[in-house]
Amino acid sequence: MGTDAVVLGAGTAGMVAALRLAAAGASVLVLAEGEGGLPLAPAQIDVLGYRPQLVLDPLGEIPGFLDSRPDHPYRLVEAAEVEAGLDWFLELAAPLGYTGNPHQNRLQPTAVGALRPTCLVPETMAAGDLSGGGSVLVVGLKGFRDFHAPLLAENLALARPPSGAEVRARSVEVSLLGDPRDLRPQLLVRRLEERPVLAELGREIRSRLEQEDLVGVPAVLGLERSHEVWQRLQELVGRPVFEIPTPPPSQPGQRLQQHLFRALRRLGGEVRLGARASGYRASGDRLVAVKVVTAAREVEIPADRFVLATGGIGTGGITAGPEGELREEVFGARVSRGGAPEEPLAEYMATQPLDRLGVEVDDEQRPVGGAGGALFENLWVAGAALAGAEPWREKSGEGISLATGYRAARLAGGGRA
Amino acid sequence: MTAVVWGAEAWAEVRSSLDRCIKCTVCETACPVAAVTELFPGPKTVGPQAERFRTGDHSPDLSVDYCSGCGICSRVCPQEVRIAELNSRARAELKRERGAPLRDQLVARPGLLGRAGRPVAPLFNWAMANPVIRWAGERTLGIHHKAPVPRSTTRTFSYWVGHHAGAKSARRVVYFHGCSTQWYEPHIGQKVTAILEHNGYQVVIPKQDCCGLPLQSNGLFPAARGAVTRLARQLVPGGTDDLPVISSSTSCGLMLKREAREILGADSPELRSVSQRTYDIFEFLLELHHRGELRTDFKPVPLTVAYHAPCQQQNQLIGKPALGILRLIPGLRLVELDRSCCGIAGTYGVKREKYEIAMRVGEPLFADIQAEGPDLVACDSETCRWQISAATGATSVHPLEILHRAYGGS
Repeated sequence: MGTDAVVLGAGTAGMVAALRLAAAGASVLVLAEGEGGLPLAPAQIDVLGYRPQLVLDPLGEIPGFLDSRPDHPYRLVEAAEVEAGLDWFLELAAPLGYTGNPHQNRLQPTAVGALRPTCLVPETMAAGDLSGGGSVLVVGLKGFRDFHAPLLAENLALARPPSGAEVRARSVEVSLLGDPRDLRPQLLVRRLEERPVLAELGREIRSRLEQEDLVGVPAVLGLERSHEVWQRLQELVGRPVFEIPTPPPSQPGQRLQQHLFRALRRLGGEVRLGARASGYRASGDRLVAVKVVTAAREVEIPADRFVLATGGIGTGGITAGPEGELREEVFGARVSRGGAPEEPLAEYMATQPLDRLGVEVDDEQRPVGGAGGALFENLWVAGAALAGAEPWREKSGEGISLATGYRAARLAGGGRA
Repeated sequence: MTAVVWGAEAWAEVRSSLDRCIKCTVCETACPVAAVTELFPGPKTVGPQAERFRTGDHSPDLSVDYCSGCGICSRVCPQEVRIAELNSRARAELKRERGAPLRDQLVARPGLLGRAGRPVAPLFNWAMANPVIRWAGERTLGIHHKAPVPRSTTRTFSYWVGHHAGAKSARRVVYFHGCSTQWYEPHIGQKVTAILEHNGYQVVIPKQDCCGLPLQSNGLFPAARGAVTRLARQLVPGGTDDLPVISSSTSCGLMLKREAREILGADSPELRSVSQRTYDIFEFLLELHHRGELRTDFKPVPLTVAYHAPCQQQNQLIGKPALGILRLIPGLRLVELDRSCCGIAGTYGVKREKYEIAMRVGEPLFADIQAEGPDLVACDSETCRWQISAATGATSVHPLEILHRAYGGS
């Protein structure tokens, strides 16, 4: 009658845990203050990109990386389970055409034209792996302010992949939809699902093509119909086309989010947004319910098992007070400060110990309690809430969320209590 | 315990939530209006971004009037910025400065229209169905000739209440039925009463007026504040000040639960008391069920029903409790429609300049309904039901009508 598992947080880690729990037969409720990072991020699955040197085989290099970073969240998950999680994701995200090899990083252009190591990408970005070089026509759209084709092309032309191969790039700007002053992404992405609009874009690009083998476009090729839009555009221009991520919002991220939300709904689970978890009720070392603020009052949501996937300090899962005190917002779980005093950094971009702050967990991904045991026996932590990582530097964010979310669901167990 | 704040404090809290905006644009991706028209640049743009130009009495931005007030932006915001609430206030400021047209004054007062229509209901309904009169209404008033309008009834809900010999019980609830049940759909109120009585409750139904929601969404705040404060007084007849208040209209229920506090800044002892005791009918029934107190003597209902959760129900942050109850009914094939908004947003989609936008917003929902071809569409909100029926031709009902049928009602 009630809920078997409550997952707090609707980002990658929370959705992975929820989907795995639901697939194992549990009734699952995802509670989140709002949408997570999914609609903002490029929807590429990073596993490990730098350690700090460029990583070519992410799965293969995790053990060596852990030698230098024994507190990293990857320590929690066996290599075989990381791989199982990635394989599972590839299957789950097959309708979006996700592709990639966990033993082979790709080098994909960022929004400013740097080459970035990542592991799995949707089909609409697959042709953008420039590890082996290439000649790219970068297409900007007049009035669309979230994409700077000339900057992108200039930077791409400076990129040197480790293969030594050359990247050549040239930019053009095309007019679409009667040349509006302000082409907003939420409108643009839907208008491109209309065949005449897409045909106009295709014609414009084709007429500007010279010797380039590849066409890079802003990642706005449709939402629900992205497969058709992308494929049709390739036919129209006669070259492989790939999407390049834009600054937020991210259309590929929204596609992935919608896909995950729907997959959970099909398994009988529910995502409830806007409902902030405000506290909990426990009986001994067992968590009984989370408290949630509805429109009128605070209510309790009882469940058998709980997963904390509310993210770190960037998403409000952990907050800092005026004296620098750190707090995990829902359960008051112990937060690691990164193990060193905060001092001014000698180098501007050097690692600040606070970068790695997060919830301290035992080997079973449960928050550490007072006497060294688990804070609660039925609460597991996944994703960016975990201490020890610097995902933006390592390019490891989605991999950590996937692996620890996948494992949290296994530890929490499927089926009904 | 998280404290709920009222009055000036509630008003200030909504305003200061602005500071938490990190310009992440999640709200803009979720806004159903910005997705279909360039007239509305998006909730962040007209809200957290434009708000800094709204100093003193001056409101510089007309596009905020194209916000439908569905509230999805506030729900998806990961930083708890009260975007829809801020934009609602900005619209009210605009109306205060520039005046509200007669049309907005009219559609904001369902009781006025209900009272006018009731004595001549057949004539009123004929007129509303007459294309010539509707064209004239569009030209003179600005109410779109195709916009869905309810059918008036000669027998109001309060007339029925006056003739209903309710069951006596030690377990009592107060029923807040709202204007739509009173003037247009009295059968909804009759079924709510029957369902609650079937579960052993005595239903106290005080005389009541409008909650002020349509006034609020048309930017007429002083009148809206007066209406909701008066309603709260009406909903606490002697000896009922600790009873649950049950609402079968999702948007009016949300008005009592939160919007009176956060958007209008209204405050009174009765309002505070009623607000925290207000329940959506299915929220209440599902809690009964979780306590093992809901009667489940259901007859099979061999129908395919497509369920749409309206925005103002989702904004109560209680999930979709109607689904939890309907799933208990044998024989019922339930399809959850997976779309955010039908477009109507109360009175937004009846306006000449907004009708097409509202229809485009609802298009994915309408397409899903037509593809599914259900026997019935179930939706908790009256204006959404009218919009869905007008747009798709499908028969739409309140989900409690299906529950009523499962209990043996006709």
